[in-house]
Amino acid sequence: MPIRDRMSGNEAVALAMKQINPDVLAAFPITPSTEIPQIFSQYVSDQQVDSELILVESEHSAMSACIGSQSAGARTMTATSSAGLALMWEMLYVAASNRLPITMAVVNRALSGPININADHSDSMGARDSGWIQIYSENNQEAYDNYIQAVRIAEHPEVQLPVMVCQDGFITSHSIENIELLEDESVKSFVSDYSPAFSLLNSEEYAAVGPYDSPAYYMEHKRQQAEAMKKSLSAIREVSRAFESLSGRKYDLFESYRMEDAELAIVIVNSAAGTAKEAVDRLRKQGKKAGLVKIRVFRPFPHEQIAAALSKVKVLGILDRSESFSSIGGPLFAEIRAALYPAAERPPAVNYIYGLGGRDVTIDHIESVFADLEKIQSTNETGQEYRYLGLRE
Amino acid sequence: MKNKSVSHINEKINWKDITPGGVITVSGSADEFKTGDWRTMRPQWIQEKCKQCLLCAPVCPDSSIPVQSKQREEFDYDHCKGCGVCFKACPFEAIEYIKETK
Repeated sequence: MPIRDRMSGNEAVALAMKQINPDVLAAFPITPSTEIPQIFSQYVSDQQVDSELILVESEHSAMSACIGSQSAGARTMTATSSAGLALMWEMLYVAASNRLPITMAVVNRALSGPININADHSDSMGARDSGWIQIYSENNQEAYDNYIQAVRIAEHPEVQLPVMVCQDGFITSHSIENIELLEDESVKSFVSDYSPAFSLLNSEEYAAVGPYDSPAYYMEHKRQQAEAMKKSLSAIREVSRAFESLSGRKYDLFESYRMEDAELAIVIVNSAAGTAKEAVDRLRKQGKKAGLVKIRVFRPFPHEQIAAALSKVKVLGILDRSESFSSIGGPLFAEIRAALYPAAERPPAVNYIYGLGGRDVTIDHIESVFADLEKIQSTNETGQEYRYLGLRE
Repeated sequence: MKNKSVSHINEKINWKDITPGGVITVSGSADEFKTGDWRTMRPQWIQEKCKQCLLCAPVCPDSSIPVQSKQREEFDYDHCKGCGVCFKACPFEAIEYIKETK
């Protein structure tokens, strides 16, 4: 029986972790993800989990502890945000290249500077090439559901890669919403026991991890890692289908919202998708063919599926909640344009940088984007492709 | 995990067969990894000057001076990196330290 409750995004993720009951959680607190290890530490004190809680002195140490622990054969998780994720930088690459299925809750927050504690995606987008699978969540329900799925995706025999599950700082991490939870037993059987292919504590079979890799071998390892990333697309879909039969909630690589006959479409990630869906509904009521694609899986990027979903659109608006300082737009814009390049016909696309450092994005803002797209469609002039939304000019 | 042995890991192995993350699941496998070609200087044992005092063998950081029945034998050039520590340790000038020519 599903359990109806209400809680914040951080509470939802901490509860997912409790139900998974990992062997180890190693973390260092940072706003706005602090509550996750804080709530989890209460579970440990109350003996509601069997987990070992490792409180470390920095996020570099948090990820290092996760690497050691997962290598030892323990199912391991952590949580962080912003500068914390940045401090893990070096170890993120080690976790991924050592093929360790660690899972991590990332509560998205702007990276300094100027210093700011509010939501944007500059932290996780900065780690997009670290070899971690990245899954994004629009609301508390998705953060909870994605975290449970992440464990099975990471540990999938064809994958064996770490996964970060992202949600927007404060906007969903601290907002209380209705949520439907799974029973403890259902989560337990969904993730099942962790049986690593090798582990340092396996006395039956010795293992040495992270040896020096000379130029004669390094490229072969990277190619193999890239293959695991490619294969994870089908593994993610497989796990999503299994989760759907358990929960009734459908997940895919991305969500297409009112896209069947859409001529004007926007692409967006995380919480602002909720706001944007409301804008799409309003425009639909006016008879406008508006639609939305919400990216769930950003790494690996589902290039083929995205191209198929977007190539028939007349005009495309791509919204990035982070700057990449490439001088031609944000990271989502770059990925989607690359995905569309092989298509015989592709729509004109414009990019909007929005919501940096927690700047509000409203239904009016999204409607103004659609108004711009409509103008591009009617005039056939794309104009400036790299734009800012909600900026004082 | 597939590819458990390391004996098949050499410079001809392709990316599909190499172990994930470079994990090594056997012990003592350093012996199979030939590091002698890193050498730029080479120790040369001069057997007639050698008193078999055995000061050289324990100082070798790569265990490249094999000892059998209390007698040192020829250098293991597959693993000797040419650091010269044995040459410094030898009191009888029984080890020369010369430029490697390959």
